[in-house]
Amino acid sequence: MLDTQGAQAFVEFDRVQKSYDGETLVVKDLNLSIGRGEFLTMLGPSGSGKTTCLMMLAGFETATHGEIRLDGSEINNIPPHKRGIGMVFQNYALFPHMTVAENLSFPLEVRKMGKSTRQEKIGRALDMVQMGDFGGRRPAQLSGGQQQRIALARALVFEPELVLMDEPLGALDKQLRETLQFEITRLAHDLGITVVYVTHDQTEALTMSDRVAVFDDGRIQQLAPPDELYEQPKNSFVAQFIGENNTLRGTVATLSADRCTVKLDGTGETIDALPVNIEKEGDKTLVSIRPERVEFNPSLGESAHTLDAEVLEFIYMGDVFRTRLKVAGRDDFVVKTRNRADQVRLSPGDSVKIGWLPQDCRALDA
Amino acid sequence: MTDSVPPARATGPDQFTGATPDNAIRDADRAKAGRVLAADGTPLKRSLNRALRAQKLRALMLIAPLLIFILITFIAPIADMLFRSVENDIVSQTLPRTVVELDRWDGEGTPDEETYRALAADLMVATELKNHTRLGSRLNYETTGISSLFRKTGRDIDEAGEIYMDQFVALDAAWEEPATWVSLMADPDWIAAQADWSARAKEAEAAQDAAATAEEARALEFTEPEPRFRLSGTARDALPRTSRIYQQFASVIRSEDGDSPTQEQPWAIVYQALYEDLSGGFTGESYDGAQARLLSRAADAVAAFDTLPVKEFFIENVDEDWGDPEVWGTIKAFSSPYTAGYFLSAIDYQLTPQGIEPQPDDQKIYALLFKRTMFMSLTIMFSCVLLGYPIAFLLSNLPLRTSNLLLILVLLPFWTSLLVRTSAWKVLLQQEGVINAILVWAGAISDVGRLQLINNQTGTIIAMTHILLPFMILPLYSVMKTIPPQYVRAAKSLGATNWTAFWRVYFPQSVPGIGAGCILVFILSIGYYITPEIVGGTTGTFISNRIAYHISQSLNWGLAAALGTILLALVLVLYYLYDRIVGIDNVSLG
Repeated sequence: MLDTQGAQAFVEFDRVQKSYDGETLVVKDLNLSIGRGEFLTMLGPSGSGKTTCLMMLAGFETATHGEIRLDGSEINNIPPHKRGIGMVFQNYALFPHMTVAENLSFPLEVRKMGKSTRQEKIGRALDMVQMGDFGGRRPAQLSGGQQQRIALARALVFEPELVLMDEPLGALDKQLRETLQFEITRLAHDLGITVVYVTHDQTEALTMSDRVAVFDDGRIQQLAPPDELYEQPKNSFVAQFIGENNTLRGTVATLSADRCTVKLDGTGETIDALPVNIEKEGDKTLVSIRPERVEFNPSLGESAHTLDAEVLEFIYMGDVFRTRLKVAGRDDFVVKTRNRADQVRLSPGDSVKIGWLPQDCRALDA
Repeated sequence: MTDSVPPARATGPDQFTGATPDNAIRDADRAKAGRVLAADGTPLKRSLNRALRAQKLRALMLIAPLLIFILITFIAPIADMLFRSVENDIVSQTLPRTVVELDRWDGEGTPDEETYRALAADLMVATELKNHTRLGSRLNYETTGISSLFRKTGRDIDEAGEIYMDQFVALDAAWEEPATWVSLMADPDWIAAQADWSARAKEAEAAQDAAATAEEARALEFTEPEPRFRLSGTARDALPRTSRIYQQFASVIRSEDGDSPTQEQPWAIVYQALYEDLSGGFTGESYDGAQARLLSRAADAVAAFDTLPVKEFFIENVDEDWGDPEVWGTIKAFSSPYTAGYFLSAIDYQLTPQGIEPQPDDQKIYALLFKRTMFMSLTIMFSCVLLGYPIAFLLSNLPLRTSNLLLILVLLPFWTSLLVRTSAWKVLLQQEGVINAILVWAGAISDVGRLQLINNQTGTIIAMTHILLPFMILPLYSVMKTIPPQYVRAAKSLGATNWTAFWRVYFPQSVPGIGAGCILVFILSIGYYITPEIVGGTTGTFISNRIAYHISQSLNWGLAAALGTILLALVLVLYYLYDRIVGIDNVSLG
């Protein structure tokens, strides 16, 4: 799964493994290349190994096997403080006994910069996160959002080329999180820094990143730009982890290069799907369809299969309607429709036909 | 691993002064509170107070037992101790007349005859009441030798005035009779009351004798005390000195021996007083009581009496030390009911009639002891920090299971008696002990050059560092436990070396633990007693050992109290300095 970007690779994980107890691998054979200036997000459920990867990159954990390279040179044995990597922590980790300015001054002091240089850089960094007036405050006198801005400024003040962020917005409320998401991406692009961002929040991953690496069980399940990840998940884990997803269980009936038909387990109905990772006819498969790609009473042409469905629930959500259906024996099939003037509003008990474009229905591993 | 991090401490709203949003809201609330009314029109504050009163009362009742316990067993003894360090009414109570007379003395030579007379009267009473030895020991703290002087004087004091007694009796045998004295000195009402009392006593005795059984006799026992002696006004006016000493005589024999003046011949010193009264300004007219004739005859005769000045009696017959100005100076210097003398002694000064003077060099010990106590406490404190910090650091960074196990090892010494631990150090450290034996065996020291590790300061410091170490480790550990590992990680990611990250980021956050540990260890060690007593020898003892000595051996409680008070003040001053330099809110037990 090595995704090389040739000579531009700035950060490289090469067959990296990590075990804490010598019995189980937390990170299994990780290969990952991150280009210079790229915003890469490691996304995954807790325990998937994403934070461990970040800590190995930062130097707080050592890889059990494999090589980690930064800008072409191996950094496995370089202590954290010599790596020159900026880091933002989930709980900010602002030094409580120092003022904001002292916090920002710290990385500059250990780099033995002169006082005037330091002050200039601190001023610039604080302005960058719109906290110019807060230099004299203690971290405890700031709100959570303000603290995170300062933590960001501190990670950037010594102008690292690579900044690691470990769920930096996890402790903030939704609105603040969205503002800061935007600010972090803006800063990253303005400064041209490479960012490796760890989160378990898929919205954050999708909105901020150039590419997202979805982690599960110590492996990268898929590494792709957000749109590709959402629209073309490579396996059922990614499909279910990213966004809302309907899955139907079945058996591959026919298989050609870009089409297959799947016989559904519940009712034996047949549907068209795009083969993604199935190997041969007769295989068990999970087909996945995004709720917003499903149409009611479709006019998709003769060749398209449709399914009968019964409305179980109709939920009005403002901008969208959410309809829960009973399809092929399962009662968790969800359809999202936009709130348009001409959109039909169904009632529970209604019978309806549903269908979709074959390319939106992906036949994945079972 | 980031998931396990506790929420940032920083967001707590209540711990900051200055312009934070919460404080602004609170200020606004406060400003308004004066005007806010409850629904029934009473000010909200009063209404709130009323609502909380029951709650407060309940809280108070919950702590009341402890509060009372502490007041009785802790606050009161401390207050008593503080008071003892200045209290000194023993001199003025035991020698009331002498103290008054001594006011006139200028400190040169010996006091005048009048002062010796007062001393004789005072000492006669004190000896009968057996107070003179107590006073002697008290004054002995200030000038050695006074104790034995007082004891000796106590044995001889009943001879004071004997010469006059003999001459009065020779003049008229009636002077020997208790009845003569009673009729001369007593109030007629008292005489009547006493007669009535003794009549009833006799009756009761007769009834008792007549009783058939022992129980009956016991039931009839006459328990009413004799009426308290009262002087007649006439006697008091005409014979002031005699009346005063006779009154005391009457009251002393009543309280000490249960005797009545009607049965006892007065002390010789009473005759001396009578002689003084009669020879100084007594005229026949001033006394018209029962014994006027006898008295006027005596008054005519006293001019021809042989005399022995009391001063001469004391210096020649009792002890020549009574002619020593130093003895008198000591009495005078300590005659006021409150004294700074104990405190002066406690800092190696002494109170003399000439004022405050430093103690002679060979008696200066307390300043040295205080200095040594401070020095050793600080040394112990620092060694505890040096030894305890790495342990606490290790403990706080280990997994919980391991650290709990190790923590039990830290606490293990508490399971053994302090005495046992200290004695174990004695075994280890003595010259023939384990450590010396190992060093000799290893060739580090020669057999003759065995190290003196015990019965000196080294021994005390080693043993006490060991004993107090847990008191340093525990607060350090509990504070370090709360320092999230991210801080050090953040510092390292910012480019700090291990040492810089520790020193600039970790260490400052562990300072509250160091502060708490230091205060604990220092205050415990500054008052430590048992360990220095056992392993300290002479050079390794603390001021507390000296305090204990004064409490239990020399019985100089005043000095012990003064030393204790100084120690208390010293601790408070250090506490204050600590507060100013480090800040007391910068102390945390986790």
